[in-house]
Amino acid sequence: MLDFIIGKFNFWFYVILMAVGLFAMLAKRNLVKKLIGMNIFQTAIILFYVSIGVKKGNVHVPIIVGGHGHEGELIQAADYLNPLPHVLMLTAIVVSIATTGVALAIIIMIYRRYNTLNEDEIIEIRQKQLEAEV
Amino acid sequence: MIWQLDFLFLILVLICALAAINIKDLLSAVIILGAFSFFMCLLWAEMGAVDVAFTEAAVATSVCTILFVGAIIKTTRRSKD
Repeated sequence: MLDFIIGKFNFWFYVILMAVGLFAMLAKRNLVKKLIGMNIFQTAIILFYVSIGVKKGNVHVPIIVGGHGHEGELIQAADYLNPLPHVLMLTAIVVSIATTGVALAIIIMIYRRYNTLNEDEIIEIRQKQLEAEV
Repeated sequence: MIWQLDFLFLILVLICALAAINIKDLLSAVIILGAFSFFMCLLWAEMGAVDVAFTEAAVATSVCTILFVGAIIKTTRRSKD
């Protein structure tokens, strides 16, 4: 049991990091704080996927040794890290930047209309507006 | 993959994440998020994912921080939590 906990300690860290991000998204009242929590959450998931491709022992990064001018040599795939999660998560990082940009644009629009970034105050002002309309 | 280095970077990443969500000033929180991204970049270089590491250093760290700082200049720095 202790071996199970200590041997896979990095996975416990990913779970804690993901919980920190989820807590910030749910419990914080400021909209920018929620966005920071979303960033942490995304990074924790990307970290989990990249860590799947890691191998222990004497392995190279995914660049072929003697790749230039040594075509005859035999290449063992077991000697290299798995590059597939890296490439997929590269896309995920760029998508997360785009999501953050759109979210910040929406936050600026909300601030112009309600003059606050606190979620409770925004809901209060919105309810008052709805009552005034009725 | 060296497990001592992995452990050190994971602890630093966790401290940065907790500080970023607990600090009251939004500009400080965003700068700490930039430090979080840099430690994440070191962690990926240490895991052997070199391409992910330099994409993170070039895109996530700089562009994300610049976007956040721009949005905070346009809105407000103060936060109640």
